[in-house]
Amino acid sequence: MNPRYRPLAATTLIFIVAYALCIMQYPSMWSTRVLGNFLTDNAFLGIAAVGATFVIISGGIDLSVGAVVGLAGVLSAVLITKLGLHPLLAFAIVLFVASAFGAGMGAAIHFLRVPPFIVTLAGMFMARGVASILTQDSIPIDHEFYRTISSLYYLLPGGGRLSVIGLLMLLVFLVGGVIAHKTRFGSYVYALGGNPTSAALMGVPVGFTTIAIYALGSFLGGLAGIVYSLYTSSGYPLAAVGMELDAIAAVVIGGTLLTGGYGFIFGTLIGVMLQGLVQTYIVFDGTLSSWWTKIAIGLLLFMFILLQKLVFSAQGRRTRLQKVPA
Amino acid sequence: MKRLQLTEIVRPQLLALACILLLNWFVFPGFFTITWQDGRLFGSLIDVINRGAPVAILAIGMTAIIATRGVDLSVGAVMAVAGAVAATAAVAGQPLVVTLIAALLVGLLCGLWNGSLVAFLGMQPFVATLVLMVAGRGVAQLITEGSIVTFSDPALIFVGTGSLLGLPMPAVIALALMLAAHLVMRRTAMGLFVEAIGTNRSAASYTGLRTRTVILTLYAFGGLCAALAGVIAAADIRGADANNAGLWLELDAILAVVIGGTSLLGGRFSIPMSVLGAVIIQAMNTGILVSGLPPEFNLIVKASVIILILVMQSDRIGEIVARRFARLKLRGKT
Repeated sequence: MNPRYRPLAATTLIFIVAYALCIMQYPSMWSTRVLGNFLTDNAFLGIAAVGATFVIISGGIDLSVGAVVGLAGVLSAVLITKLGLHPLLAFAIVLFVASAFGAGMGAAIHFLRVPPFIVTLAGMFMARGVASILTQDSIPIDHEFYRTISSLYYLLPGGGRLSVIGLLMLLVFLVGGVIAHKTRFGSYVYALGGNPTSAALMGVPVGFTTIAIYALGSFLGGLAGIVYSLYTSSGYPLAAVGMELDAIAAVVIGGTLLTGGYGFIFGTLIGVMLQGLVQTYIVFDGTLSSWWTKIAIGLLLFMFILLQKLVFSAQGRRTRLQKVPA
Repeated sequence: MKRLQLTEIVRPQLLALACILLLNWFVFPGFFTITWQDGRLFGSLIDVINRGAPVAILAIGMTAIIATRGVDLSVGAVMAVAGAVAATAAVAGQPLVVTLIAALLVGLLCGLWNGSLVAFLGMQPFVATLVLMVAGRGVAQLITEGSIVTFSDPALIFVGTGSLLGLPMPAVIALALMLAAHLVMRRTAMGLFVEAIGTNRSAASYTGLRTRTVILTLYAFGGLCAALAGVIAAADIRGADANNAGLWLELDAILAVVIGGTSLLGGRFSIPMSVLGAVIIQAMNTGILVSGLPPEFNLIVKASVIILILVMQSDRIGEIVARRFARLKLRGKT
């Protein structure tokens, strides 16, 4: 097997083993119902995590995703209920605003040459602040379109429901994978994460790519916010607080290197599913409290970072190309 | 070509603080009034240093970490853990000394964990501390068993709400810690070690500096500071809230350090300036509160401040300004 697929294979294997262990304890977890809920409940996280994957492969980080999700949800709710726009028009506006927001952060990162985490931190404050000024309460969205979308699903054999937002997440992963692995933009992203200087020397348009990456990240954050508003039928400025960490955790668990230049969109899907599995297991168990989710995800995160460290330092020793610790 | 640095001409932080205080005075005329009541000072200014103390304490620990090109994202979660430990110990009837030692020890352990990940496993600091940031709140909830543990131990409450020489206790602790940390950094070689690592870690190692030990120590100190802030925050509300104690404070602490002029690219730092940064943040918070604006504006103001500082610190803007300046000089000569 190609050694570069090893971390991805390890993640997939761990997911299968973990799922098998869960099924051994609770046989009813092996049903299309649970699988369908997996997709529906984690749709917004998955969509945002695809954006985070691009950003992290390029060697950056986006801490504003959770805030963008909150802002997008509130903005859709305000546009639909207060201004009476059709949801589709509102979605278009929301996605445009989110992309422009991300492009602005990308431009700041490129032109001011400041670490992405501090720029996106400012972005996070900004987005949460704007969302809280728009409204401080949760705005319920009561619209024909929302009801139709929520009631649409594809019935799987065994009673599982494949909802629209679950399908949308799978579609985003598919499109994201194609962009990352099959397009010129995708190879720019990898080149930038591997080494920005050599990427620039090879003729990668660094400025354009950086701006596009963060615009894409926030676009998907906006889409995740819309999905979240569909999922909860409301817009709330404090929605998805701390979700950026879940997204980053999903990306890392999926085998993407946090130093950039290496990773797979498919791995992130496994990362999201693994987090969903932990949550579902805790629900099934019933006696464990929900805070165990955080501890379990923290432990998983630690394990995978350690695993990456071991795999890549072993490879580095072989090729004598060890990176200087940052 | 020497880069034009605004920070060298005037201390912009002091100027900013003066502006903010003046603005506060405009919107709230009683802002500078300080009265003596029940053996302690009262007034909005005192309130600013009192409320700013936890972030100041976090910033003291964070400064040296950022100066080595690191960052500690877990301080908020460590605050929650330390608060939970202190509260449960107080409820169990332990004396103040035991409570404090237990809480600080837990913070030290958290810091050592972060530090060993960064120093010995060579993880990116951002990632290494992310682990504890995610898991820490879970651990805190485990300790408090999911509820908010309230206590009524007067000795512990004194740490958060008492006063010494008329000044509120949290501010006294923050000031003492700042002085101690500053002396250790500037009167011993520690400060030079930190700056050497921040400028170039490999070069520092080649000169024989034990970079790993230094980094481990700094993260341990950061954990200790976070625990202290956590105890103060818990004592202030007489309870440990695992979900909300120290929430988002890691961001405030980083912001305070950055406002204080410590470079995120490492190598240059000042602990008193970070504390000043924390006071500036709190002055903004208080100003927004007393002006009657919704507290949500706080976030937008903070974001704008970060952007402003980034623009001012940016190399490229400095280059452009310097080039303009050079051109003007040339024109003056001919």
